[in-house]
Order: sequence, then C-alpha cells, then structure tokens
Amino acid sequence: MVRQAHHKMKTTTKKIKATQILDEKSFQRALKRIAHEIVERNKGTSDLVIIGIKNRGAILAERLARTLNEIGEAKIPVGEMDINLYRDDLQVKLEQPVVQKTEIHFDVKDKIVILVDDVLFTGRTIRAALDEIIDFGRPKAIQLAVLIDRGHRELPIRADYVGKNVPTSLDEEILVKTKESDGEDGVYLMKKLKK
Amino acid sequence: MTPTRTQKSTFIIAGGRVIDPASGLNKVADIYVQGGKIFKIETQKLISKKKVSSSNEEIIPAWDNIVTPGLIDMHVHLREPGREDEETIVSGSEAGVAGGFTSICCMPNTQPPLDNQEAIKFVYERAKFAPGKVFCVGSVTKGQKGEELTEIGELVDAGAVAITDDGKPVSNSEVMRRALEYTKMFDIPVIDHCEDLSLSKDGIMHESFTSTVIGLKGIPALAEEIMVARNIKLAAYTGGRVHIAHLSTAGSVELVREAKKKKIKVTCEVTPHHFTLNEELIASYDTNLKMNPPLRSKKDILAIKAGLKDGTIDCIATDHAPHSIEEKDVEFELAPFGIIGLETALGLVVTELIEPGILSWSDAVAKMTVNPARILKLNLGQIKIGFPADLTIIDPKQSWTVDVSAFKSKSKNSPFGGRKLKGKVQYTIVNGKVVYSG
Amino acid sequence: MVKLKSRHLLGLQGMNREEINLILDSTDTFLEILQRPIKRVPTLRGVTIVNLFYEPSTRTRISFELAEKRLSAETVNFSADASSVKKGETLKDTVRNLEAMKIDMVVIRHRYSGAPHFLTSFLDAAVINAGDGAHEHPTQALLDMYTLRKKYGKISGLKVVIVGDILHSRVARSNIWGLKTMGAKVAVCGPTTLLPYEIEKMGVEVYSNLNESLRGTDVVMALRIQLERQQSCYLPTLREYSQRFGITKERLPLLNENFTIMHPGPMNRGVEISPEVADGPYSVILDQVTNGVAVRMAILYLLSGGEGKVE
Repeated sequence: MVRQAHHKMKTTTKKIKATQILDEKSFQRALKRIAHEIVERNKGTSDLVIIGIKNRGAILAERLARTLNEIGEAKIPVGEMDINLYRDDLQVKLEQPVVQKTEIHFDVKDKIVILVDDVLFTGRTIRAALDEIIDFGRPKAIQLAVLIDRGHRELPIRADYVGKNVPTSLDEEILVKTKESDGEDGVYLMKKLKK
Repeated sequence: MTPTRTQKSTFIIAGGRVIDPASGLNKVADIYVQGGKIFKIETQKLISKKKVSSSNEEIIPAWDNIVTPGLIDMHVHLREPGREDEETIVSGSEAGVAGGFTSICCMPNTQPPLDNQEAIKFVYERAKFAPGKVFCVGSVTKGQKGEELTEIGELVDAGAVAITDDGKPVSNSEVMRRALEYTKMFDIPVIDHCEDLSLSKDGIMHESFTSTVIGLKGIPALAEEIMVARNIKLAAYTGGRVHIAHLSTAGSVELVREAKKKKIKVTCEVTPHHFTLNEELIASYDTNLKMNPPLRSKKDILAIKAGLKDGTIDCIATDHAPHSIEEKDVEFELAPFGIIGLETALGLVVTELIEPGILSWSDAVAKMTVNPARILKLNLGQIKIGFPADLTIIDPKQSWTVDVSAFKSKSKNSPFGGRKLKGKVQYTIVNGKVVYSG
Repeated sequence: MVKLKSRHLLGLQGMNREEINLILDSTDTFLEILQRPIKRVPTLRGVTIVNLFYEPSTRTRISFELAEKRLSAETVNFSADASSVKKGETLKDTVRNLEAMKIDMVVIRHRYSGAPHFLTSFLDAAVINAGDGAHEHPTQALLDMYTLRKKYGKISGLKVVIVGDILHSRVARSNIWGLKTMGAKVAVCGPTTLLPYEIEKMGVEVYSNLNESLRGTDVVMALRIQLERQQSCYLPTLREYSQRFGITKERLPLLNENFTIMHPGPMNRGVEISPEVADGPYSVILDQVTNGVAVRMAILYLLSGGEGKVE
C-alpha cells in the first residue's frame, strides 16, 4: 500500500509503476554515510540530539542514532515529533489529521539538533518541525538530514545531509519503506500510468 | 359553472355526498340554497353532471366531494384586542374559512381579557367584517385572575356562548364551584383548561423518558388529570355543565368516560396535534412542538383515539394559538406555548382518523359540527331545511402538502409545514355565500 | 480514517465508541503539550472562538479559554452579566451579531437545555456545548472518561456510580451516555425525588441506598447538590442529604480495591463529599481539572477543520 506520512498523497487504485531507486544495501549505505558526515561536520557527537519526524523520519532517526552511537563516544538522545499541530494547511483541510504524541524527553537548549525526515519535498513539513523544536527551547543549531530530496521546494529550506537526490515530476511520488514498518529497506519512485 | 362574485342568492350544491350526523343522512344529494338558508335537500331527482352547462340554475359542483355542515371550532385564540400583529378577529376567521370552519369560538384571554360586556360587544362588532361566524367565550373571573366571578349574565346577554379562563385553569375550587352553579341559570358550559399549576410548575413538556434525556422540566399527566377529576366531582355536585378543553392524557379520557357513564354533565374536546404528534419529537427542541397541554406519549394518543371512537371525546377543536415568529424563534424554554391549527385541522382529521378507520366520516364530522353546536347551544351544525346554509365542501381524496407561508392566519407557528395530508376544503359557504373556494 | 460525525459537539448521546476514542487518543497528544516549556502550539492561529457563558462558571470557562489560547486561537469572552442580555436582546440576535464579526466556533454554556441546538439552527460556526440546562455537558464527561482511562487503562468493565442530584445534572446524563458507550457498568444513586422519570431506561441501575450502590464499585462520581433543592421540596434539609448520600471515609471500604473518587466541581465539602475523601489519594479531582484543558484542546482541534474548499 502506498503510504506516506507528511505529503499529501492520495491512496489510489489507479495503475502505478514502481521503480526502485534504493535497494536495501544502498539504503543502509546512505544512512551510514549521513552518520559519518554528521560526525565530521560537528567534530564528534557531543552536544548532538536527534529528532525524527513521524512516522518514517522517526524510524530513520533511531537508525541514525544507533550508527552514531557506534562511531561516537556518548549515547545520543533521540526524540520524535508529530508536526501536525504546526501545519499551515489545517484551516483549509476538511478533516483534521489524527495527531500523535511528540516525545522529546530531553532539553534541546544549546544542543545541535539533527532533524530527520524521509523525504524532503515542499519544505513545509520542515518549517513546521523547526517551529515545534524551537517551542521546546533554543538549540545551538538545527541541521536537517533526509534520505531523499525530491525537489519542488516551496520554502527557502535545504538539507544539510542528503541520502540521494531524486529529481521528480509532481505527479510522481516517493515511497520509503523501512524494515520496522514495512519489512524491507528500500525507496521507490511511484509513477501513475496514464490511461 | 363555478360561482363568481355575482353569485346568486339561489343555487344548488350538486352531486356531493351529504353527511349530516344529526339526521343520519349520508348519501348523494343536491342541496338547494335560497336566501342564505337551506330550503331543499333532494336525494331522488339528482342533477346530472352532463347537464350542468344547459342548466339555468347556478350550480356549485360537488360531484365526488363530501358536503358537511359548516365546521365549528369551539376553541381558538384570536389575539384581538392586544396582539393584532399575531391574529385579528378577521384574519382568524379568514384562516377558519380556509380550513372549512364556518364558525369559530374565540377564547377570552386577550389583552385585556374579555371579562365584561363591552369587550364581548367589541368582538361581535369586529366579527361583522369577518367572512365566517365568530362566537365569543367570556371569562370566568375578572381579569382572569381566578378570584371573583365576572358579570356572567351580562356576558351572556352580549352573546357569550360559554365562559372560560382558558390559558389558565380556574385553580380555586370554590370559584369553580360557584361558576358551575351560577351558569346553570344560563345553561352555558364552563370550559376549563385543566392544569394543577403546582404540579406543572416550570414544566415545558410532558414528563417522560424524553424529558429526562433532553433535560426539560416535565409536566406530569396527572397535573391535568387531577383537575379533570376535580371538575367532574364539582359538576356532579353542582349539576353545572363542565367542558374539558384540549384533553390530552389517557387518564383524562378514562375519567370522562366513567363520568359520562354516571350521567355527569361533562363534555370534552381534543386537538388535532394531540392525536397526531407525540412528545418524543421534542428531542429536536422545535418550539413549534411546545404547547400546553404538552404533546403526550404514544400511549396517550392511542387512548385519545379510543376515546374519539367510543364517543367519550365529543369534539375536535384546534386551540389555534397564534404567536409571532420572533416569539417562537428562541430557546425552547423561553418560547410561548401554542400552535395554530385552523388550516390543518380537517386534513389531520382525515389523514389521522378517517383514513386509518378510527372514525367514520359521519362521526368525525359530528365532532366538528353538531357536537360543539349542541354544547354551546348554537342553532348550527346541521344540514336541515330552514337552517342557515353554513356548509363545507370537501374533496376527501385530494392530497396536499402543508405550506405554512400560504396560511391565511397572520401567524405561522405550525409544526405541520411540509406534511402531506389528505382531504382538502373546496368551498366554505356561510349563510349561503361562498366565502372560500380552494 | 476515524472522524467525528458531527461538526458540532452538542452531547454524547449518539456518539459512538470510535469517536470517543478518537477524542481520548488525541487528548494524550495535547496533554503532552501542557508539559512543555512553551505550552502553546500554533494550530488554531487565525481561528476566532467566542465563549458564550449565559451562566456563571469559573472552571469550565477558564478551562476552555486556556485550551483555546494554548492552540493559539483568538478568543472573545461574552458572559451574560456584562452583556446586553439584560437589556432584552435575544440569544439569536446576540449570536447573529457576534457572527457578523466573523467567528469560527462558539462555545456555549446556557441555563436552558437545547440552547446549543438552537444555535446550530441558524449559525454557520461550529458549536460546542459547555453545559446546557439539565441536558448535557459533554466535555466534562469526556474529561472524566479520559481521567478514568488514564488510571485504569480502559473504561470497559468499570463499575461507576453517580451519586446525587441526577434530576438536574447534565454531567450525569453525559457521563451515562459516554460511559455506557465505552462499556462501563453505570449506576445512579440519589434521593428518590432527585432521580428523573424512567432514568433506568438509559441503561443504568438505580439506587436510593448509598451503601448498596457502593458495594463492588470502582468509581464514585459525586455530584454537587444545590441549596435551592431544599426550597423546592426535593429535600428536607442538606443535613439529612449529607447523612444519607455524603461520600465519607467510613463508606469507602465498600468499594473495590484501587477505587476512584471523582467530582465535577465545584464541591460542597462536608455535604456531598467529606473533606478527607475529597483530598484522599484515591481522589482524582485535580487530575480532572488538568485533563479538562487537554480534552478541550482535542475537541477544539478536531472540530476546527476547514471548509475543504482549497485543494
């Protein structure tokens, strides 16, 4: 089933062509590379905290933390957030999305927050997440890590760490699967077939 | 040939089934009207529908229709004097004739109340301009305060056909006793709105499971029944005539039934809404379902229908109670009690009582003509040679949808808007004059 | 996806288990926000909410106002005393006027049952019933249920007794509907004069002996008893009421282990509930207040959906 947490995407019964962009190996390699880039750029892992955006971003955040813990010295705190209450389209949607709990059980003040999501698209989700993080305290910096950047930004937002850049057209969708939620690691480009 | 403005004083109502409960007549007949009176009822040599055009006589076509004595509503509120914005004597009578009523009896709870001779005279003066007949019911007590009797003799002299403090009960039993005794001199009934005010205090709907669920204060059935029982006892003791207005509960029906067996002089009426609508509907908080007595339970409706069938209930009366839109368009608690009924009564009687076989046409018509006439001693309500030609011509098969905006009444507070009814007035004739044609 | 069937919250009668669960699940999220350093989310930015209080209320009004502010809504407060109500303006006119000022939601507390229904007959805005007459007080019942679910993990199977003036209580009615829907066993207990007509038809057991009703019960909900009930012959004296229906320490052993004492407030200490019971460790009365804000945030959020025109 086609599911994606943060972008408007209709489940459809129309014929869809799925092309694999990342297989399990490249998926895991991309995450590992991002972890190394984070350590390199921040000269270690002290002062780092990781926050994933629900649902897939939170899973990727956990993975990233595990890798970083293997590389670094200290255990990095991980949190997850539901950004629905910070969305900018609540008043135009007919039905309100079901909200889930945000769980950040640590202080973000003066920390470097690694914000993690699966796909970077319009940038609106990230804008909402930035606002939500700042409501928890004033971090030293926020850096953005995404597995896929598919372009079509509507806000001046860019990722600090990207697993793979995938140029897409607007009628395409990116589907990220993880072992935790879907039983496999992989990324697919979904294209609706014309009648 | 349809009647025109230049209607002749002599005409024939041809081909209708004539139902006159008083004489038991129930067959197709031609009624000859002359000088405002009925002068012949022809059941043998009937005018053929085909020959109408060649006839020299003026004919009111009634083929396939039912012709009844003009309907009488012994319980309406006309709001004049005081609230002419809601209804006047003339507009109330216009609504009446549109609903088939040639005579209506107005209740005295106007502002000021009809508790003196001048006030009664005023009503009759105004009624001269009304299309139908209007009879006046005077007050039992001065200012309807329930304390001192009005000058009942004077009221009767001015034309009052009964007395009542309707809208309110005569709470004081001593006052009610004296009223019943005093009216014996004039042979008029005392009409009582039966409500024990201490039991109904602050109540706004029938006390029931619905009132429990929607949190509205209930009026128990016994608030009515206690007063019905009291009035029956007083009537038995005094020999006066008591008429129970808008009876609404199974217990009241039973009390009246038993009293009638004992030949106590008690009569009663029921409204169309009390046999049509039940209290469960109030879950919508529709203020057009708020009236006093309140809508009762389904069980009460069954008992009322049984009472209509076995003759316990003498009359069907509307309790036509006009209220302005502004007054009704408020919280349920704040809305005044009452709904209008003149223009829907006949359709409801046909749809709810005659069609399902609860009442025959003859019995239903009796409860809207000769029965109220007898209670009020009116020389009306019969199709009889020499009687005023007050007649109602009804198409019993015609289905129609109630359109509140088309009402002749100045008020629109009816819960029946949009309801499909059967049975519609074709002509209403008062003193030999067509005052309404549908 | 689960969603609320109505765009208004008028009562819990007719609301199904999925809908109630949606509200209670969402409440978890909002309760978390109340623990944050900045207890405010931008969710209802640009939404204007009028709090129409035609009856004095401190707790419910403050709770709604706080819920609205924590969701960043614009709020306008209108209480009967400070308004033109006394000058004879009708509810309809007042609300029409307010609507002309472009409001999105109305929270209404009114002494007359059905006043919120009346508003929905002419108002475009979403209407939330904050207590109407003796009809319903849905947000109170939802917060009561949330409090119970948080403590016991579920509502189904709990035995709850509501004690006191059931006749005049909107809290009792809403709780009966809600708790029954969620699978609890519900009983009511009060003086026979204060038990409404055919209340058993709501599917509750009915008691007039407090000790009997408490036996084997998990949750006791004590209702406030009004002094006026004495004047209108419902009760001889508050003293006699308190003796027979007051929740006292001595009666607590009748209850199941891990029992809970609730009260929608404001309490008459020493009348319907003794001070040591009100303040005991089994009392969740203050949790009820905290949870009240979160439940109301959840309701405001769920009912604030836009018109769906865009997209």
